[in-house]
Amino acid sequence: MSAVTEAPPGAAIMRAENLVKVFGGLVAVDDVSIDIPTHSIVSIIGPNGAGKTTVFNMLTGLYKPTRGRILLNDRNVTRRRPDQITSLGVARTFQNIRLFGAMTAVENVVVGRHARMRAGVFGSILRTPWVRREERAVTERARELLAYVGLRASAFDQLAAQLSYGDQRRVEVARALASEPRLLLLDEPTAGMNPQESAALTRFMRKLRDELELTILLIEHDMKVVMDVSERVTVFDHGTKIAEGPPDEVRRDSRVIEAYLGTSE
Amino acid sequence: MSIPGKETQQAPPPAPEEPRVAPSGFSELQAQLREWREAVDRRIPPWTSRVMPFVLVALAIVLPFAFSTDSGFIDATIKAVALAVMALGLNIVVGFAGLLDLGYVAFYAIGAYTLGWFGSDFFFKARVHVLVHGVAAAETGIHLNFILILIAAAIICAIAGTIIGLPTLRLRGDYIAIVTLAFGEIIGEVAVNGTDIHLGGGMTLTAGNLGISAVDSPYFPGVGQFNLLQLRPWYWLILGILLLVLFVNVRLRDSRLGRAWIALREDEVAAVSMGIPLVKTKLQAYAIGAAFGGMSGAFIGTYFTTVNAGQFAFGFSVLILSMVIIGGIGSIAGALVGGLLLGYINYWLLPSVLNNAPSKFGLNFQLTSVQFGIYGFLLVIVMILRPQGLIPERRRKLEMTGAVTPGLGEAELAEPTPEMNIGAIE
Repeated sequence: MSAVTEAPPGAAIMRAENLVKVFGGLVAVDDVSIDIPTHSIVSIIGPNGAGKTTVFNMLTGLYKPTRGRILLNDRNVTRRRPDQITSLGVARTFQNIRLFGAMTAVENVVVGRHARMRAGVFGSILRTPWVRREERAVTERARELLAYVGLRASAFDQLAAQLSYGDQRRVEVARALASEPRLLLLDEPTAGMNPQESAALTRFMRKLRDELELTILLIEHDMKVVMDVSERVTVFDHGTKIAEGPPDEVRRDSRVIEAYLGTSE
Repeated sequence: MSIPGKETQQAPPPAPEEPRVAPSGFSELQAQLREWREAVDRRIPPWTSRVMPFVLVALAIVLPFAFSTDSGFIDATIKAVALAVMALGLNIVVGFAGLLDLGYVAFYAIGAYTLGWFGSDFFFKARVHVLVHGVAAAETGIHLNFILILIAAAIICAIAGTIIGLPTLRLRGDYIAIVTLAFGEIIGEVAVNGTDIHLGGGMTLTAGNLGISAVDSPYFPGVGQFNLLQLRPWYWLILGILLLVLFVNVRLRDSRLGRAWIALREDEVAAVSMGIPLVKTKLQAYAIGAAFGGMSGAFIGTYFTTVNAGQFAFGFSVLILSMVIIGGIGSIAGALVGGLLLGYINYWLLPSVLNNAPSKFGLNFQLTSVQFGIYGFLLVIVMILRPQGLIPERRRKLEMTGAVTPGLGEAELAEPTPEMNIGAIE
């Protein structure tokens, strides 16, 4: 299957070509190609177990693809480690929040900035003026980001584990933003949210894209969010891509309806 | 944790604090103790916490003037401080980075052999003298100034720590412990059998159980040659090393690297996804921790005047690890207090004070012969009464009291799997 591209080549910030991932005997992802146009919001949808998160984990370097390649800004990053991918400008959140529970909200965001910091062992031991300045600037930036994602100031220095579910989601987004990504991968950001919160998040994703000039790739179950926010939707089922295109087109695709509702026999 | 293939919603995290104690006589006692402690805390003015470290350092510096120059207590103190240095070094590996290391004795050995090689006439074919005086300057062999030996021990151990760390990178928890344990044993065996490793010219790698003796004692201008009748210079030297390792511990804990260690300890998958390089960050913990073990090892070598393969037994690794655990894993003050406590028990309380106590009860043994039994008993007592250690680290305390629930991860990703590309050695 070849990638369906609307944008000319080169305009895609990330491009996955013919990705295959096999776990033991199980083919979790089978020959999937995705283009993520720069400055767009792209959604991946599909039933549970369709391979969405596995694709995410390959794009962020956590899994090595069995076959296929991944290009980031036309640069082959297929076998790069997750921390290298992060340094190259890709950040993510997790389906079930993975904050560092025993760290404060601010500390979590500061850790998110690790890749953009330079203090080494000896600089940290000597705490040179340069390292001190960096620490101050990063802490200040972390507070700005937490304010940007809408966390109330009184929660900044609370431990992440003690924050409410919604606040934990906010901190996780701020932590991802701290690494100054060009591409942000959100794994089911609206899980556990009510319709008002989901709508607010939808607006926030547009704001992120426009203000921070981000590209966003989204795994999402909430169809209202998907149809509302995405320029493109990719539909997965059983490890393969069964449809791709603008939301309206995908919604009418017979294979998509079949995958979601089953066939009438 | 979600059931695979079924999305579950995350429950909100549990409310903080609320000590969960079942009503019993024991917990009442604990509650009473907590009340007293809080009452004491309220009476201490806030500025004391800032002044306290300086007062303690000043007291530590003048301590030997209260004792004779060859006092047995100062002798025990010197050894206890040397062990506390090791405990603080191991604390970086076990406490900060969360890598259970059961082979720390390897760095004691390598540090001590650095002294044996570069501060004695052991390599008698060589004639190298750098900034040494007195007897050492006239002897054959390699003789470096003790400061240079300390630096060499730190560098050699940092390299050894990196090499020992490499194979553990893909492992977790118990498996790391087994690999490091094996390395500790390997180094010990090499030390014993080093007499058969010939370096040419009749020289061997180690002197095995015979020991490399007549090692140089430190020499400093103005102080002269250290000797065992004048213990004060030895004490100030190891105190200086202790202050250095304390300083490094504090600075690293509150640094970019310290946060990366905590992040990796809490959730490797999230940490690497935030841009923390797993291999480099873990190896830095091993290397820094090993460097301090080596410095202390070189000091103990010269203070004991011999480098003997029999010193490097598994029990030593356990002793140092017990110091870290009793003090409170990850806690700097804890490692210091745990190290000094077990050090004093080991070198002063048991041999000098209580050794013949059993005979008063008509029992025919000496306490020093059951010392490991006593440490084991202490460890059990601390683990039952105060599992977080004597001076728990803030974050670890939260983890242990249940205020923080680890394992928020997805079922699929809860633990890094060999599939994952995070510790790649390629």
